[in-house]
Amino acid sequence: MSDVVEKTLTALPSLLSLDSQPGSAKLSSTSKLGNLIRGITELTSKHEEEKLIQRELTSIKDQVSSPNTSMRQMKELMVRAIYCEMLGYEASFSYIHAIKLAQQGSVLDKRVGYLAVSLFLNESHELLLLLVNTVLKDLQSTNLIEVCMALTVVSQMFPKDMIPAILPLVEDKLNHPKEIIRRKAVLALYKFYLIAPNQVQHIHNKFRKALCDKDPGVMTASLHIYLQLIKENSEGYKDLTASFVTILKQVVGGKLPMDFNYHSVPAPWLQIQLLRILSLLGKNDQSTSEIMYEVLDESLRRAEMNHNITYAILYECVKCIYTIQPKSELLEKAAKCIGNFVLSPKINLKYLGLKALTYVVQQDPKLALQHQMTIIECLDHPDLIIKRETLELLFRITNGQNVTVIVEKMLDFLRISKDDYTTIDLVGKVAELAEKYAPDNEWFIETMNTVFSLGGDMMQPDIPNSFLKLLSEGFDSDEEDRKLRLFAVDSYVSLLQSEPNKLPQRFLQVISWVLGEYSHLSAELEPATVMTLLSKLLDLKHTSSETKSWVLMAMTKLCEGGVAISVAQDIYETHSSSMDTVLRQRAQELQHLSQDSELRGRVLPRDAGLMPLEVDSSLSFLDGFVSEALAAGAAPYKPPHQRQEELAQAKALSLEPYSLSLPISMSSCSIADRQSPTLMSMSSGLSGDSTDLSHKGGSTTLKLDGVKRVWGREGYLAQREPVEETAQVEVPSPLRSPSQQAEADSTQSQTPTPTVTPELEQDKQQLASSLFVGLGSQSSVCLMGKSDPTPQRFRRKAQGRASSSGASEKTPTSLGSTPSPVDNLLCNSLLDSNLVSEPTNQTPQASQSLDTTNGNCHEELTDVKENNPSLIHNNEEPDKPKDLCLSSHLPTELSGLSHSEITPLCSNQSVNLSACHVQKEDSLQLVIFIFNSSDSALQQMQLQVDSGELKLSLITDSPVEEVRSHSVAVCHYSVTVKRPSVHVEVLGMLSYQLPGGTPQTIQFSHKLPLTTFIRPLTLSTEEYGSMWLAFSQDTKQNLTLINDDQDPLTTTLNVLKKKLQLHVVEIIGVEGIVACQLVQDQPCLMHCRVHAGTLAVWLRSPVPDLPDCLLYHCQRALQEH
Amino acid sequence: MIKAILIFNNHGKPRLIRFYQYFAEDMQQQIIRETFHLVSKRDDNVCNFLEGGSLIGGSDYKLIYRHYATLYFVFCVDSSESELGILDLIQVFVETLDKCFENVCELDLIFHMDKVHYILQEVVMGGMVLETNMNEIVAQVENKISPSGGLSAAPARAVSAVKNMNLPEIPRNINIGDINIKVPSLSPF
Repeated sequence: MSDVVEKTLTALPSLLSLDSQPGSAKLSSTSKLGNLIRGITELTSKHEEEKLIQRELTSIKDQVSSPNTSMRQMKELMVRAIYCEMLGYEASFSYIHAIKLAQQGSVLDKRVGYLAVSLFLNESHELLLLLVNTVLKDLQSTNLIEVCMALTVVSQMFPKDMIPAILPLVEDKLNHPKEIIRRKAVLALYKFYLIAPNQVQHIHNKFRKALCDKDPGVMTASLHIYLQLIKENSEGYKDLTASFVTILKQVVGGKLPMDFNYHSVPAPWLQIQLLRILSLLGKNDQSTSEIMYEVLDESLRRAEMNHNITYAILYECVKCIYTIQPKSELLEKAAKCIGNFVLSPKINLKYLGLKALTYVVQQDPKLALQHQMTIIECLDHPDLIIKRETLELLFRITNGQNVTVIVEKMLDFLRISKDDYTTIDLVGKVAELAEKYAPDNEWFIETMNTVFSLGGDMMQPDIPNSFLKLLSEGFDSDEEDRKLRLFAVDSYVSLLQSEPNKLPQRFLQVISWVLGEYSHLSAELEPATVMTLLSKLLDLKHTSSETKSWVLMAMTKLCEGGVAISVAQDIYETHSSSMDTVLRQRAQELQHLSQDSELRGRVLPRDAGLMPLEVDSSLSFLDGFVSEALAAGAAPYKPPHQRQEELAQAKALSLEPYSLSLPISMSSCSIADRQSPTLMSMSSGLSGDSTDLSHKGGSTTLKLDGVKRVWGREGYLAQREPVEETAQVEVPSPLRSPSQQAEADSTQSQTPTPTVTPELEQDKQQLASSLFVGLGSQSSVCLMGKSDPTPQRFRRKAQGRASSSGASEKTPTSLGSTPSPVDNLLCNSLLDSNLVSEPTNQTPQASQSLDTTNGNCHEELTDVKENNPSLIHNNEEPDKPKDLCLSSHLPTELSGLSHSEITPLCSNQSVNLSACHVQKEDSLQLVIFIFNSSDSALQQMQLQVDSGELKLSLITDSPVEEVRSHSVAVCHYSVTVKRPSVHVEVLGMLSYQLPGGTPQTIQFSHKLPLTTFIRPLTLSTEEYGSMWLAFSQDTKQNLTLINDDQDPLTTTLNVLKKKLQLHVVEIIGVEGIVACQLVQDQPCLMHCRVHAGTLAVWLRSPVPDLPDCLLYHCQRALQEH
Repeated sequence: MIKAILIFNNHGKPRLIRFYQYFAEDMQQQIIRETFHLVSKRDDNVCNFLEGGSLIGGSDYKLIYRHYATLYFVFCVDSSESELGILDLIQVFVETLDKCFENVCELDLIFHMDKVHYILQEVVMGGMVLETNMNEIVAQVENKISPSGGLSAAPARAVSAVKNMNLPEIPRNINIGDINIKVPSLSPF
């Protein structure tokens, strides 16, 4: 070998003299590179190469930084540095010199410099900023070559932020007299468009100018931009269709100069580009498509020369014809073209033919039928790429009848494929087909077994997940479910008995879950047998700890009976000292639950997969533990955001401790904020126990909900639509009569086949008829195809199940436990919608009355004439004295208590309504006075009050029905809050009848501030601490501090205390804790801290919206102060 | 768009590397290795397209390659490029190299790496096909090598090269042994 190298090297000088470049300097410089290369080729190991290159790099480094190095030497050094970088050795010291070379050298030096820069650096490299000035200078240069170089480097990589600096110069170049400059400028602008589209927004009309450039080269360059623009928004460029068609027509017609021909095809790359643009424009647009039919026909006709590049054009033509609105004539020609591709002996063309077939098979499955024999041949092609492409095509035409054959072919391919990417892709497809078209249980389970063993641990995690989901959710028939599960169990047991060590981890996990869950279905299978089989898995060397915990979990479900328990005991002993904490945990569980079968029955009930799992997201069952710990002196739990905040405070001045929660966006902020503690506890629960939960919960806890649904019920969601289309339109009903079937078979076998030996041919035809069954071309079949033709065996149950389980997941709302955040959100939105919808439920009059702050009314009188404004004025004056006299009508039990001001609600000529309230400790007492101002008695009087937020109960013994003239009737209600809101409102309606008159009604509304329902909640600090942890609804905000005193915190809290009746639990330093309750028994806790001149308030409550409302009132109270 | 252009020899030694999308240095080396691994396994009688190299980017990407004697020319492109179009672009590129170096061989690529880059720059600019006319490319490259000639000198050279059009495809695999450096003729022009 060495002498060959030597020969080569002696031949070097002669070779170099052959080189078109003149100059002896070049030769001497190359010889140094030559030395390096010679050195490298003589090496035998990677290690030696490394040493040599390092030596080389050191010498380059020395020379590069020496001041005596001439530009010419520098150039040579750069080339050597490029060479080293290409081999993968870093030469970062030379980057700055490359930039210098580009800056300072002559044109030739510059060129090397620019080349080195564009090879060494990337768009975000900081040194690139140093190049900006050089580029600017060169763009303005009169030397065309310098301009060209600058444009080239700009299109290769340029820092995004610096684009505005050179943009005007590049734009100017669009008007340059030299076409090559214009062309490069167009491409540079395209590059700018790609990296920073908004910066070139304003020059879109210049792109149009470039499209109309007199030089075809510039026009070609501009097509890059248009292809991209039209891809993004085809609607905006429909007007250009005619221009593109005209251009294509001229190109096809040979109007371009001969220079543009390639193998006597006129500008083929230009044609390809134009065809792509046209197909984008004509997609789903009949009128635009019509413009291009003629030129497409012309292109098809002209591209008949037998050269690669004409096939490239033909292929684009065909794709375009099938993309735009169809025209039967063109489709026919295109189909013929595809046939030529598929039948071509040239492998590249065959590949493209298959690709085209895959593309068009949705619209025209008959085409696949025509070429079925070729497709069959391609299935056995030695080239894996061709094979895969064929499978892709088959995947598109799969239906209930040919699924077994096609899946078999795919699995065959998977067995020989070594490429990860292909494996992942195909495994997903097989799983999709199996789920969609499985003819029976056995086939399904066996296919999935193969999928799991071949797919290994690379496959998408969705596949095992959705498989387990399918098993556990079951289908429409219980008996079928049982059979399927039983078959799965049997097949897994036999797998474990043979060679479990060859199975991938994911498969083992699936197996252990299924055995744990369903092995009891098999009558002859003893749990102990399964336990022993599973325990073997634990001893396997390569079993991952994740798999082990699946196995242990399955065992926990199974340990029943003497033998099983002793197996469990053994397992416990080996794993209780495992280094893996999760495994240790599982082992402990196994131990405990195997001892206590009653507990096990409760924790892991059989067939739990169908039971919705109740999640106590607040972890309220831990309350006792937490309060014990707190009592023992443990620090209370602080959510991460609070900890972070404190940390930040400790470290530096943090002026904005709470996130940007502005008073206006109060509720929206709090909704997001409030969830965090709950979510935290929930996720911590999950992370520690994820496998546990998924076992217990069966389907509901496989955590599929959060996962992006790629594999839907119907298969791969992204690709679903087109496939569905085929299935519906083209696949015949499975209910075809045998005669039709035979007919189909006979037509299929009539297709001409290449010459092969009879038996082989027969085999292939058999394969063909099994592959292409169901793709029938009979019109009668197509007509029937409208109904859902695929006998979907594994039709999942309706999604309703999921929603019902979601609804039943609500935890009971009590003081201690809190609803999950999901529920809260639901509640909130319900609340919101109620608030919005409430006015519409009422009469328009009532909604008007909502606008006023206090009681108001509107009368519905039959005789409007009497309702003159003077009456109202009259009524107002006697208010004051009436107030006095009304208060005397207060019920006796309230007479000793202070009552609020008596406010008028509404009145008409015969009735005055007013109200007041009395705050009692456990409720609010609302008193409504009905004063009859008319001269006759009111009869059949009925007062109805209602409120969305409040609970009202009448205290008066019997409802008043009659009020004598000029006397007062009193209705007394006890009120508590059902649902907090900033202002709560009572809506009421009084109906009455004057003697001899028609019945009349009068409506009123009465607003009560929430503060009237707030009572102090007396607590100790410890009680406060444990309650704080239990509450999930929280809100944070900064409030203004009243700053006129020595101790602003105490002052502020006292103001709040006085105005809102809060109970200040304790004030420690800059922090204060406050408690209150909303009648009745709806606590709310408040944590205040003085921080940076404001009062940082954090409110918590188990009641949704209460913190928000209370915060609002605190704010109001402080503002009013 | 063209994402990368890789030229390496039968042993996977890189001869020219040009990325049009940023990859870290070690990633680039990994891509070269993986690409070589994929391409070198393939016979000469199979198709010139490869899908799904996992490194350079999933399903949208394709490797389109040609094998000439000792060298593999691999273009990594996304779906917006025509497969056959790129295949012929490689041909144009190699023919241009042949024109510039007169019977180009692997050694030319090693010793005149810079020049190869300049030629490539005229064919593909920033990932976009700039020029497919061989004579034009040669003219541009030669211009810059001898700036004194000026742009006006180009047409004469271009005209002289026109005769070489309609060449048959370059035969491959004139293989002689397995040494790192070989000097087989790339084409029998």
